[in-house]
Amino acid sequence: MTQIHVKKQFIPWLLLAPSLIYLIVFMGLPIIGTAQLAFQSDEGWLGNFKMITSTKDFQNAVLNTLLLAAICIPIQLALSIFLAILVNKKFKGYQTLLYIIASPLALSDITAALISYSIFASNGYLNRILLSINWIERPIYFFGYMFKSREMLVIIITEIWRATPLVFVMILAGLQSINKEYLEAAEVFGFNSWQRLWKITLPLLKPAILSSLLIRTLFAFQLFGVVWLLAGRDITVLTGETYYWYVFMNNKNVASAYALIIAVLTFVVGWFYIRTIRSRYEEEGA
Amino acid sequence: MKIIYPLLFILIACFFLGPMFLAFVASITPASEFYDYSHIFPSRLTFEHINKLLFTLGGFRALIVSIEVALISIGISFALGIPAGYAIARYTFRGKDGVKLAMLFTRSLPLIVVAVSLVTVYMRLNLTDTALGVALAHAAMILPFVVIFTSSIFSSTFIEYEEAGMVFGLTRFGAFLRISLPLALPGLAASAIYGFIMSWNETFAASILSIQNRTLPAHILATAMASPDYFKYAMATVMAIPALIFIFIIRKYLISIWGISLK
Amino acid sequence: MAKVVSQDVKKYFGEIRALDGVSIEIEDGAFVVLLGPSGCGKTTFMRCISGLEELTDGKIYFDDKEVGRLQPKDRNVAMVFQSYAVWPHMKVRENIAYPLKLKRFSKEEIEQKVKWAADLLNISELLSRYPSQLSGGQRQRVAVARAIVHRPEVLLMDEPLSNLDALLRVKMRSELKKLHEQLKVTTIYVTHDQVEAMTMGDKIAVMNGGRIIQYGTPEEIYKKPATAFVAGFIGSPQMNFFKCDVVEENGQQYAKFEHIRFKIPSRINNRSVIVGIRPEDVSLELRKDRDSIGLEATVYFIERLMPETILHLDVGNAKSRITAKLPNDLVLPEGKKIEVFVSTESLHFFDAETEERIL
Repeated sequence: MTQIHVKKQFIPWLLLAPSLIYLIVFMGLPIIGTAQLAFQSDEGWLGNFKMITSTKDFQNAVLNTLLLAAICIPIQLALSIFLAILVNKKFKGYQTLLYIIASPLALSDITAALISYSIFASNGYLNRILLSINWIERPIYFFGYMFKSREMLVIIITEIWRATPLVFVMILAGLQSINKEYLEAAEVFGFNSWQRLWKITLPLLKPAILSSLLIRTLFAFQLFGVVWLLAGRDITVLTGETYYWYVFMNNKNVASAYALIIAVLTFVVGWFYIRTIRSRYEEEGA
Repeated sequence: MKIIYPLLFILIACFFLGPMFLAFVASITPASEFYDYSHIFPSRLTFEHINKLLFTLGGFRALIVSIEVALISIGISFALGIPAGYAIARYTFRGKDGVKLAMLFTRSLPLIVVAVSLVTVYMRLNLTDTALGVALAHAAMILPFVVIFTSSIFSSTFIEYEEAGMVFGLTRFGAFLRISLPLALPGLAASAIYGFIMSWNETFAASILSIQNRTLPAHILATAMASPDYFKYAMATVMAIPALIFIFIIRKYLISIWGISLK
Repeated sequence: MAKVVSQDVKKYFGEIRALDGVSIEIEDGAFVVLLGPSGCGKTTFMRCISGLEELTDGKIYFDDKEVGRLQPKDRNVAMVFQSYAVWPHMKVRENIAYPLKLKRFSKEEIEQKVKWAADLLNISELLSRYPSQLSGGQRQRVAVARAIVHRPEVLLMDEPLSNLDALLRVKMRSELKKLHEQLKVTTIYVTHDQVEAMTMGDKIAVMNGGRIIQYGTPEEIYKKPATAFVAGFIGSPQMNFFKCDVVEENGQQYAKFEHIRFKIPSRINNRSVIVGIRPEDVSLELRKDRDSIGLEATVYFIERLMPETILHLDVGNAKSRITAKLPNDLVLPEGKKIEVFVSTESLHFFDAETEERIL
């Protein structure tokens, strides 16, 4: 009797074991390896971190990462909510629009950067258009270390273009799971469309908004290709520094220290993420 | 009011598709017209840059490596992930919530945090600069996603179908193989394509883990800065087109893929 | 065809005792309905018989063969699922043929049996369609055809009609019953619908709290409910209950509820009892040939169902409400005081503590 029971308890773990072992070997252990490398230095175990934190590059990387997140995420979110509500109106052709908005989802960060470059390069389409309608006389330069704020602007626009679809799809998924009768009830009770949006739709959308917010924040620490290709190290970010120290300075210890900082930040945000999800599970369970 | 939807439609479509279209046009613009500001669109089109990028500048080889890496990583992550997803969907056991959360968590961990230390491991295992090495890392990135997605495919809807199979003469494994798997196939295919795109687009780890045998994005990252503009756009086109085709194929599943990720 | 015997079957899900010792003997070829409220364990019990749930304890026999530890595939059972579970990736023909294929019948035999089952259920013209092209009722027929095609020893049906609309449900009720008469396969049918249970079952097993409370013919269950629970569960509107003290006057025992005294027909030792009166046993006319009791009542509400009438009446001081079901149409103003009559022989007596039937 007990034997059968024990055997049955084993089956799911047997099925899970390959995945868990694989993730331990290729995620868990390497993170420990990263930590080991990060704490290895000639100037004591915190040497790499002391070195990093004293540089302007690091401070800028943190600031830039935060700044980009602080500007991009709210815009992406607002835009996504607008687009999701629009698509959810199910007007003629909404399905097509949905796929159009979703299409940048397929693009990698470096592809997005190159596409954006075709617009903002000195000989790019923006300059061509502005020149041809005689708005400007000489091309506007967006790139180069002299134009950091313009580079920042281009990165922000590119990130919004590239990552809004992801937020959009998540918000739309949340929107579609809202029971239509709530809105119909509100309509019957005389809410106008603004009140319906603020009092019904957005509160019910809160879980989806929260999840996408946290996922976007997580991805903010992973921001790499767009910045690296468009601005190089004119604008430093944490991932770019990791890449720089490993590939160009050939220093895997400092690179690992940067990677570890990213890991810790991911852990912290990830922990918040999982906690919100957990509390939602409990709410739903009750 | 009636005009507003078509207007918005065009505006939004231009915003999201326009840049892709322009970059594509740029990639087939003759080199001689790049600094000719007199007209916006080129007077003639050429596939010369794309050709050159692929067949002279090593793009084709990188593309093959990319495909190789993507296929191996999908193979590994699905072989390991489907049983795990099935276990989460069908069995109740202690520690299940922990496993689910661990999967959600590893999914959000970027490969950046493991790539550098993987290099040292790979050196010992002779995996440096191989497609397999990159694929192993990509599989770790795709695997949690596969587990989460398959568990939601297998949960709830298919249980009675599978039980019917068992009542009518199949073993549990047989019912999984004959009933659940075929029913789950479209969803699994969609997530495989999604995994393909994930691997196809991954730049950082691919750049760090390979030197000669670079995947396409790694190749581009290393060479784009120093390339003439028209090669940059050719690169964008070569990277974007397969991914766009794939995302178009799985368009119906996009919402559910990301809807699931909300849970 | 087989006799199904269950001996003290238990099924626990962690702390929850879904089945707490179920014993029943189902005759070969019988049509038995498992009836009970949701969560009573009826579906769990059926799943234990099918093998989809492992038993925590106890034994299940098909004839003399113990099957309680066998896999579902080794039991020669068939099942019609609540959602029908007609495999969507197979055509109707393949769905019906699949159990035969798994039992390794020859091609000719399969073809012949599929034709037989399809003819029997009138779905011959649907054979080359996919389930998604069928209506709910057609899918249900396919599910039944698939279940009978290999002539299982035991046929299990889990609320098969609950997803159909009312008209179709009535039609299928009689069809399934006719089918059973033709095939004579031992059938166990789970439902929470008492009308289905009464019309279809040769016998009904009423379940509650993971146990079988009563097992008997529909008539027995209706006329002699074993407990107050069964009495309350069967019959619509629900039986009226009065919690009474037993008093004795001049050697005659009465169950006393406020000023109402129900005569107890034979001697009992209980000190308090529950008296049950079916609404249909309440009448407006006093029948002289029977020993009856009159109740003073005030009309609270009247439901005219055409042709029957259901009266909701207040009786006694504590405003106990009872219902009466009368066979004819009737108009009474609300608030009117009337007298209703109940014959002594139609009374049900249950022990107040155990709720078990005394008389």
